[in-house]
Amino acid sequence: MKSSRRRFLKLAGIAALGLGSRPVVDAAYAAVGGHAAPEPKIGRQPEALTAKQWAMVIDTRRFESAADMEPLIEACHSIHNVPHFENKRHEIKWIWETEYKHAFPGKENDFLPWEVKERPYLVLCNHCENPPCVRACPTKATFKNENGIVIMDFHRCIGCRFCMAACPFGARSFNFRDPRPFIAETNKKFPTRMKGVVEKCNFCAERLAEGKIPACVEASDGALVFGDLYDPQSEVRQVLKENYTIRRKQELGTSPAVYYIV
Amino acid sequence: MPTNNKKMYDKGMVLAGLVVFVVVVTFPFWYNLGKAAPPPEPVLTEKAKAAEKCVESIEFMKAEHMQLLDVWRDTVVRDAKRVYINPEGKTYMMSLSNTCLDCHDNKADFCDKCHNYASVRPYCWDCHIDNPKETE
Repeated sequence: MKSSRRRFLKLAGIAALGLGSRPVVDAAYAAVGGHAAPEPKIGRQPEALTAKQWAMVIDTRRFESAADMEPLIEACHSIHNVPHFENKRHEIKWIWETEYKHAFPGKENDFLPWEVKERPYLVLCNHCENPPCVRACPTKATFKNENGIVIMDFHRCIGCRFCMAACPFGARSFNFRDPRPFIAETNKKFPTRMKGVVEKCNFCAERLAEGKIPACVEASDGALVFGDLYDPQSEVRQVLKENYTIRRKQELGTSPAVYYIV
Repeated sequence: MPTNNKKMYDKGMVLAGLVVFVVVVTFPFWYNLGKAAPPPEPVLTEKAKAAEKCVESIEFMKAEHMQLLDVWRDTVVRDAKRVYINPEGKTYMMSLSNTCLDCHDNKADFCDKCHNYASVRPYCWDCHIDNPKETE
């Protein structure tokens, strides 16, 4: 048969009709009753605690010596399988104690009260509202989750340590060695980390999901207060209203979510 | 007179060499013919047997458990959502160590058997605890 423009256009029109009929046929099939398989659903536990921005207030007046902080640090490090290295250069820390001059550089006025200057300070990841580590991460392994927690997806971490360079608080540690042999007692409910990833405090995201407050807050006997910074009724807001608080390196503009009563 | 260019030099040597070459190259195939390692049969624990059905159907789990686990890890870590409700309405916590290995607490006979056979080396266990029930 001789092909002509007319014949070609006819065929093309029929083909286009056929292609376009697919959604119509599908919709008709669904209407008749051939329904798709039920889909699985994904959600939160009903008891999960959520917030716009989780925040913490630390009453430093309640910690007179390193011994007062030991139970809090131990509570955190034991449930999160944080290894203990003797070698300081391999140290992994989620929450630790430091001196005033290191916690609050630039706030060292002359003639500070002796107890303010000499008492130890509890420091941890500040879960900044404007976190520089998140911007530095090339793989989006560290990100700000919907509750305002700066959290790590260890699956994605490639160990480049840009986040460690970006964090002005030294809140991040790198696993130079396989941490497993250095974990005194493994909490089997929580994963460990592997060599070559960065880790830090996760504000106990796994406990908040179960409706529990962070382990350090629980162990602090009221010296640490935890809550939603943007809920005017939260305990954190009450404490912030009643006490003068400072934050670490606030002038850098990262807006830390950990507040200190000094 | 046209030259006879169909003559093959050293015919015997060339053909013998070819035969030897073919035999040597195909040796692994015919030597192992009929001796393929049988596919492994993963061992189910009593608890897994009693449950009869995993999170999804057995066929789905056999073929797609890696995709399921990938979705699980992303939703748990990145979306802070930890509950999985399967089409039958049964609720599970999305956790490799605490949910999967709660039934399948025989990693060596369940996970590793097939993974070794298929020569896949998932790095789940570098971090996730592989013996949640074992007390040291």
